[in-house]
Amino acid sequence: MSKESVIPFKGTAEQEKQLMAVIEEHKGEDGALIPVLHKAQGIYGYLPIEVQKMIAEGLGVSLAEVYGVVTFYTQFSLNPTGEYKVAVCLGTACYVKGSGDIIDKIKEILKIDVGGCTPDGKFSLEATRCIGACGLAPVLTVNDDVYGRLVVDDVEGILKKYMD
Amino acid sequence: MEMVNLKINGQEISVPAGTTVLEAARSAGIEIPTLCYLKDVSQTGSCRMCLVEIKGGRALQAACVYPVSEGLEVLTNTPKVREARKVTLELLLSNHDRKCLTCVRNRNCELQTLADELGVTDIAFEGVRNEYAIDELSPSIVRDNNKCILCRRCVNMCKNIQTVGAIDTMERGFKTQVTCAFEKSLGEVSCVNCGQCIAVCPVGALREKDVTDDVWAAIANPDMHVVVQTAPAVRAALGEEFGLPIGTAVTGKMAAALRRLGFDKVFDTDFAADLTIMEEGTELLERIQNGGKLPMITSCSPGWIKFCEHNFPDMLDNLSSCKSPHEMYGAIIKSYYAEKMGIDPKSIYVVSIMPCTAKKFEAQRDELSVNGLQDVDTVLTTRELARMIKEAGIRFTQLPDENFDDPFGDQATGAGVIFGATGGVMEAAIRTVADILDNTSHSEIEYEAVRGLEGIKIASVTAGGKTIRAAVAHGLGNARELINKVRNGEIELDFIEIMACPGGCVNGGGQPIVPAKVRMDMDIRTERAKAIYNEDKALPLRKSHDNPYIKKLYEEYLGKPCGHKSHELLHTHYIARDKH
Ligand code: SF4
Ligand code: SF4
Ligand code: FES
Repeated sequence: MSKESVIPFKGTAEQEKQLMAVIEEHKGEDGALIPVLHKAQGIYGYLPIEVQKMIAEGLGVSLAEVYGVVTFYTQFSLNPTGEYKVAVCLGTACYVKGSGDIIDKIKEILKIDVGGCTPDGKFSLEATRCIGACGLAPVLTVNDDVYGRLVVDDVEGILKKYMD
Repeated sequence: MEMVNLKINGQEISVPAGTTVLEAARSAGIEIPTLCYLKDVSQTGSCRMCLVEIKGGRALQAACVYPVSEGLEVLTNTPKVREARKVTLELLLSNHDRKCLTCVRNRNCELQTLADELGVTDIAFEGVRNEYAIDELSPSIVRDNNKCILCRRCVNMCKNIQTVGAIDTMERGFKTQVTCAFEKSLGEVSCVNCGQCIAVCPVGALREKDVTDDVWAAIANPDMHVVVQTAPAVRAALGEEFGLPIGTAVTGKMAAALRRLGFDKVFDTDFAADLTIMEEGTELLERIQNGGKLPMITSCSPGWIKFCEHNFPDMLDNLSSCKSPHEMYGAIIKSYYAEKMGIDPKSIYVVSIMPCTAKKFEAQRDELSVNGLQDVDTVLTTRELARMIKEAGIRFTQLPDENFDDPFGDQATGAGVIFGATGGVMEAAIRTVADILDNTSHSEIEYEAVRGLEGIKIASVTAGGKTIRAAVAHGLGNARELINKVRNGEIELDFIEIMACPGGCVNGGGQPIVPAKVRMDMDIRTERAKAIYNEDKALPLRKSHDNPYIKKLYEEYLGKPCGHKSHELLHTHYIARDKH
């Protein structure tokens, strides 16, 4: 049930020092939480439970409130970006042509949700808005590689290329 | 007081400045539907149920947050208003799991009442509905988000009044839901099981973990000797479930009903409250005399205990080592009583009827057992007891008044009864401690300074040449404030009483649920507390140490308060827990 990241937290003492400085800077301000979260995501690349706990403690708000704000705004991420960032376009053209099924297939193969990252840190999955390649719909990208006119059966082969 | 004149539906009225349109309308006999609004708890203006027309204004306004002003003209019953409210309600209903018949809140649901009052006969929008897993991992609280209407009353209670903040609003739009951080279960986070969220939920999205089936099974088992005990606050509220006015004490009928349900013995936790006073009072005197850790803080409220373990792990030595009264009773029933009656403690099943959901969690704590037997086997809330009485076909209001069972006496003392209201444990303790220190029997025994609903009450008592500085806090926000003051050295105290629920046990998370409308007209905490203080007044004995059965228990079995046997049976320890 828990949405905690399965990726082990690898924060360094240096990062923690930076975060503490950010918290110190904003402490007591009205609406401090959002700027602190932004900077924290800058420092760590994402906002795992360990970081959210430090922020909750530092600002004197509940962890549930921190998590509520993190999940309210799409720019915050609970998981790190994988070595390979898989992104599926959910723009209208792609969606009509079945990108929903493509995404389901990826979820099934990688056993992660949208916004998730595999435990080995290799793949992360994102759904994006229209990337302007509607002629190729449905489209997915893996880092800078673009794959278009996909059918569900293509997915496994594409992901295989990046495994091992 | 500055008064403001306004017109509601053409009717001229005058109300104090600062009043909301909602309150003003009610004072003029006009009802405005509400959902997210709950007096003293939640005033966010988010559900849009209470829309009204303001003359000269374009958009409809939320009456629950709209302040009155001189010359204001309000219309609460126009076609536009009625239509807007209905659409809002139908939208809510379209994404609601409408299994009213099998819902725990059937016939006591604010949403159901509104659908009836606003004449909703058909739900026009049949859209996609969210489907959520039910969170039932906690031993106390069940959350069913399929029923949640996102009014946020529970969030405001948990975050602002209790300052626990276990739950909050997550995500946005259609995916919005109230959950714990990282969608963990209430059983995995710093939730203290107080159940105040249940008490304020207008619908069936929050409920206690119902274990009435376990109790029915125990009663039906011929090899089990099933003993029940009832906390002081239960008698002050149980009657509400059977249509009696809030604040009616039903002690005698409750005892009669329990007997008819098939319990082998019906005991009163008040006896154990008297026992607690003997132990806790002695512990306090020992700490004062021997330079022990002060202030000593009461340990009767398991919601407070868990809160302290999460938030103030450095204060655990300040907590009294006394088990809470019903746990003490369980331990005595499975030792002294078992021996006396010649029953194997393993075949005794102790059920506690409590106004409290946190007691369900408490009863499962490993520390609260003797020789591998839990002191208390099962805890039912006042609401669950009412369900059993209804299911058994007992006509509660027709019952005769009956007494509790021997061998612990058919009556405890008034000191035991007042445990159910904020300040009661303190007052009961002072009654005993003052007598001991002065070596006399005081006749002035009502300590008004510790009664009532002030968030933090400070008092001091001088006896035997000693001044005991005392404070009482109820509701965990007040408790946090008081403890912080103690930690900063802002205030010096010897003895603190804390109850997790605002108003104390009478307003516990396991008590009958009172709709927002009724709570606008009266303070249920005051009404229920009255029932308790009246019972105290009417009892012949009002001090714990005067209870002859308590004396007998020490003579025959325990020896002396805080002695060896007491420590084995009646005292416990606490565990530091993670903040989140
Ligand atoms: S039981 Fe108390 S602490 Fe737990 S979620 Fe409800 S209000 Fe918060
Ligand atoms: S659980 Fe109940 S009180 Fe909490 S937001 Fe949902 S409907 Fe409101
Ligand atoms: S907005 Fe007024 S009751 Fe909800």
